[in-house]
Amino acid sequence: MDKSINELNQLKANAVKNLEATEGRRIIVGMASCGISAGARAVLEKLQEEVAAAGLDNVQVLPTGCVGMCIYEPIVEIFEPGKEKVNYIHMNPDRVSKVVSEHLVNGRPVKEYTLGEDEESKLKNLNDLQFYKKQKRNVLKNCGFINPEDINDYIAVDGYQALAKAVTKMTPKEVIDIMKASGLRGRGGAGFPTGLKWSFAAANEADQKYIICNADEGDPGAFMDRSILEGDPHSVLEAMAISGYAIGASKGYIYVRAEYPVAVERLKIAINQAKEKGFIGKNIFGSDFDFDIEIRLGAGAFVCGEETALIASIEGKRGMSRNKPPFPANKGLWGKPTIINNVETLSNIPKIILNGPEWFRSMGTEKSPGTKVFALGGKINNTGLVEVPMGITLKEVIYDIGGGCPNGKAFKAVQTGGPSGGCLPVEDLDVPIDFDNLVAAGSMMGSGGMIVMDEDNCMVDIARFFLDFTVDESCGKCTPCREGTKRMLEILDKITQGNGTMEDLAVLEDLAENIQNTSLCALGQTAPNPVLSTMKLFKDEYLAHVVDKRCPTGVCKALLRYFITDACTGCTLCAKKCPAKAITGTVKEKHYIDQDKCIKCGVCMDNCRFNAIIKK
Amino acid sequence: MQNDCGCNCDKASDERYVKLKAYIDSVIGSEGITMTVLQEAQKIFGYLPLEVQKFISENIGVPIAELYGIATFYSQFSITPKGKHQIGICLGTACYVKGAQKVMDKIVEELEIGVGETTPDGLFTIDATRCLGCCGLAPVMMIDGDVYGKLDDVNVIPAILEKYRN
Repeated sequence: MDKSINELNQLKANAVKNLEATEGRRIIVGMASCGISAGARAVLEKLQEEVAAAGLDNVQVLPTGCVGMCIYEPIVEIFEPGKEKVNYIHMNPDRVSKVVSEHLVNGRPVKEYTLGEDEESKLKNLNDLQFYKKQKRNVLKNCGFINPEDINDYIAVDGYQALAKAVTKMTPKEVIDIMKASGLRGRGGAGFPTGLKWSFAAANEADQKYIICNADEGDPGAFMDRSILEGDPHSVLEAMAISGYAIGASKGYIYVRAEYPVAVERLKIAINQAKEKGFIGKNIFGSDFDFDIEIRLGAGAFVCGEETALIASIEGKRGMSRNKPPFPANKGLWGKPTIINNVETLSNIPKIILNGPEWFRSMGTEKSPGTKVFALGGKINNTGLVEVPMGITLKEVIYDIGGGCPNGKAFKAVQTGGPSGGCLPVEDLDVPIDFDNLVAAGSMMGSGGMIVMDEDNCMVDIARFFLDFTVDESCGKCTPCREGTKRMLEILDKITQGNGTMEDLAVLEDLAENIQNTSLCALGQTAPNPVLSTMKLFKDEYLAHVVDKRCPTGVCKALLRYFITDACTGCTLCAKKCPAKAITGTVKEKHYIDQDKCIKCGVCMDNCRFNAIIKK
Repeated sequence: MQNDCGCNCDKASDERYVKLKAYIDSVIGSEGITMTVLQEAQKIFGYLPLEVQKFISENIGVPIAELYGIATFYSQFSITPKGKHQIGICLGTACYVKGAQKVMDKIVEELEIGVGETTPDGLFTIDATRCLGCCGLAPVMMIDGDVYGKLDDVNVIPAILEKYRN
């Protein structure tokens, strides 16, 4: 029994040497989907090519996961023994050539490609940025550091130690007790206590039980699960095996979105490597515990993030949800007790087993211990993935970490919880973030999407956007969700077209309440939230659309009007460009737009060289 | 020339069917294979014409009505052929608040087809996709796996499309 653990420790000793680059240089390229989209693959290939061409020894060029700062992608980091690491940002193949010849061959880092605005602050380490200072990277610790395609890197950072400890030194009950004591709550949305959920499934006697990793990250503004799978896939596999041990399951499924090809590929590699090493398979670490993991791909249905729909999908059916109870912990996949945990939840587990529940409770708040990863996006300077201790305020996340709204625009609201959540306005910026506070403030944690909106965003349009999403994604099984959301969308369309009435607003609210109360699953029950939340907080905008037939931000096209101001020089360019021939005027005199003919395409405004065209 | 819809070809010699059959044989007997078989078929044929659904139905013993139900439920499956180049415009929230709708409008205007449709010459299909995961580059679109980001100025789009016309 001990032999396997000894072997693991032996592997670790060697892996650490390699990871810490004690004998050579280690170059890592941020190769999560975001990095690849920005061109990281070409950078990696060029680096490998140039390093080989320069005949450099002891230089490793490796992919890594997401570093978190999307705006600087592609990012390259160079580690040398005994030296500060050097970060290069906005890399491209041309820049690579210079970095190889100057930095790697001649030992002079290329300052101009590093961070920092002026000469003095150049060569600044990414980790010194304000962006990272308030973060507590626990789940994301390995992302952007280890090579996700090499199990040895994971072993070097205590990988599979927690599994070894659990199966050789603990009983399943002890594992569950630790999870209960840690207070870990599900990071997928509702925040149900993980240990408690496990105990339900553990209490059921069955010939077969299942663990499912829910990697069907559907919130259109969240990508933390993808990042974890792409940057640290073994942490999820290890956690699944631990939870399998705890509840007595020998089989696990990872249900992952087909839209995440990089994550799927890395998971496949990780599963093969873990099987090869014997961390997944029969008699894990010499115990009598067996565990196998299989990947199942989703096929583009948001509702499959709901656990009963997800189960139907794995069974090979249409992904439609069903009534609960029975809960999956009692009757799940193929009628057997099943535990479904989200990726981020799972990724916390090995660390809790190794460091203990007190360690976990030392972060976050009493009722929501630990950290939470947020995908910060929209109108914000530092778009990216941030991990913060629970209890931090929205203001700290948006301003101190996110750097506020770009172009000096005023912050209007932050949307959390995706299509199930709501908006939080300026007044709520001091709310400490945790599961319960966000619900109390009229939104929810959801999976952690955090989309910032500024003064240019129309809140009616945002509500319409989310409803359009849920209408599209409703599975169609229950009437309130299938028909109700559609009716709500029609009313919102009517309002954004300028045809809304006060009665429509009342109907909208009435419908929303009915859909919340009568839908079968969480998708329908929460679908009206974005509408209710914006109606409550931004009633004035709804009224402007309905009563004044005006969109204050100029987003709703039908309500928009273009005007030519006195700045017009009469150059006639707009009249020539207008596809609807709606602009008239003589040379060198102010022109006019015929509002009846105008199709609101905005071509005139785009082409005017004198900023003489405004929309309102 | 092989018939694109797969209807009149000889399945024993059509390597696409041979490949699909080999896949089915490798998974048959395991639980819940319907989705995975359809996914494999979609990969091989590019879409799921009725003929292919029939073939699957005969080989895995699932009624064709059920297969059709699944194929039309999930957005990744298509029962009509796709264009040579697939344009995916990200309508994730981050892209949307940064003007993805304008990108969509411009492409619809340029290609004169609707979302989910294919141009008559079979060259382009427009799809609205969920988050492509490059929120830092919002608004974003993807053509055949190539990402085009920061499309704040939609006037660059015609030139991008032109590249794929040749």
